[in-house]
Amino acid sequence: MKFVKDFRDRELAEKLLAAISREADTSRVYRFMEVCGSHTMAVSRFGLRSLLPKNIELVSGPGCPVCVTPQWEIDAIFEIASREDVTIVTFGDMIRVPGSRGESLQKLRADGADIRIVFSPLDTLKIAEETGKNTVFIGIGFETTAPTAAALAKTAKELGTANVFVAPFCKTVPEVMDVLLADETLEIDGFLCPGHVSVVTGLDIYKAVTAQKRSAVVTGFEPLDILSSVLEMVRQHNKGEYEVKNFYTRAVKNEGNLKAQALLKEVFYQADTDWRGLGRIPKSGLRFRDEYQSVDALAKFGIQETGVTDLKGCKCGDVLKGKMKPSACPMFDNGCTPQNPYGPCMVSSEGSCSAYYKYER
Amino acid sequence: MCLGFPGKLIEMDDFKAVVDIDGTRREVSLMMLPDEVVLGDYVMVHAGFAIAKMDPDEAQKTLEALREFADLLDEEGQL
Ligand code: SF4
Ligand code: SF4
Repeated sequence: MKFVKDFRDRELAEKLLAAISREADTSRVYRFMEVCGSHTMAVSRFGLRSLLPKNIELVSGPGCPVCVTPQWEIDAIFEIASREDVTIVTFGDMIRVPGSRGESLQKLRADGADIRIVFSPLDTLKIAEETGKNTVFIGIGFETTAPTAAALAKTAKELGTANVFVAPFCKTVPEVMDVLLADETLEIDGFLCPGHVSVVTGLDIYKAVTAQKRSAVVTGFEPLDILSSVLEMVRQHNKGEYEVKNFYTRAVKNEGNLKAQALLKEVFYQADTDWRGLGRIPKSGLRFRDEYQSVDALAKFGIQETGVTDLKGCKCGDVLKGKMKPSACPMFDNGCTPQNPYGPCMVSSEGSCSAYYKYER
Repeated sequence: MCLGFPGKLIEMDDFKAVVDIDGTRREVSLMMLPDEVVLGDYVMVHAGFAIAKMDPDEAQKTLEALREFADLLDEEGQL
């Protein structure tokens, strides 16, 4: 289909690669970060890292919400899940994420907890009606997903449903990009900006990046999308002129999805929150506004934020910052595999560790 | 996790629609879609919501631009 196949055209990909090789200045290194895990997956799957010139490094960033969910939030989910009066509703990605004592939603379910996997947060409403139990949707995700959690909260409130709750664990991307840029040890020259996050946010959130003389290109997930973006970034650096570019115009409008943005603002406010491996980042979390306290799972179940404690031995923190390649983690393929993940970066199919395990081992 | 899939609209009423994603039928909510759509249009589907209209003309334009982007250099390279 047009939106996919044409963007895998081999001949054009080879031309783009040739152009990149020709234009990349061999006396320097270009370090570009894929913010989004789906980009990491695509880069790994199509073998782009090995096709690019050696002095262009593509490093993977914090782009998967499952990976960046801190341990206390995971443990809070388990705590809620083990209550008898509760049904947990979640996307499939979360089901195998390990807790600090080795538990997971999958194991809790085997022990009798009521845990349902859905494609749409709105399915929570049907489940709540069927069971009559307190039904808690696990709201994890970035700006792409957060509006869908907001839509559930708003609908539940409008319907006056008393037994639907949402755990507000969504996070926002610009704030974490700021933190990564400010870390001089990371030496990031530019970002492949997450295509689906940008569908919602639009381009303005990346202006802070180009203002700091780094490149930012919003792009899709096919080889031509990624290669053309890399070429664009190389050109921007060579010229020393930086501008946010939209290379995903088939889906992303420059202003983003204004309806979704309005929904986010109506339901959530931006609060400081914890990221696995990255610590507490100001204003990077979404918590319910006062008007939505009645659907807030944190209020309902009296969940306290306990702060960051990461899994021992797991190098997710360094992996998420692009400081360490997954394969350099001592546990990679050595106690930590997709079949038996130790850390969350190996669980999610978009996690860097799992992408490397599958395609670049 | 925030993957988007292009789905073709095959049924529609006010806020609900059915899309075809690679042969699979999925019910989606249209409450978050900012654009006007008609049956046969493509939308990007994420977590049960249509979040954007997908524009085939834009896809075509991007491809043409990519060709130019790559070719331009071919010519320059021969200078
Ligand atoms: S959730 Fe998935 S698609 Fe979205 S930014 Fe993260 S890795 Fe990318
Ligand atoms: S390989 Fe496993 S333990 Fe190591 S960083 Fe990745 S997820 Fe964590």
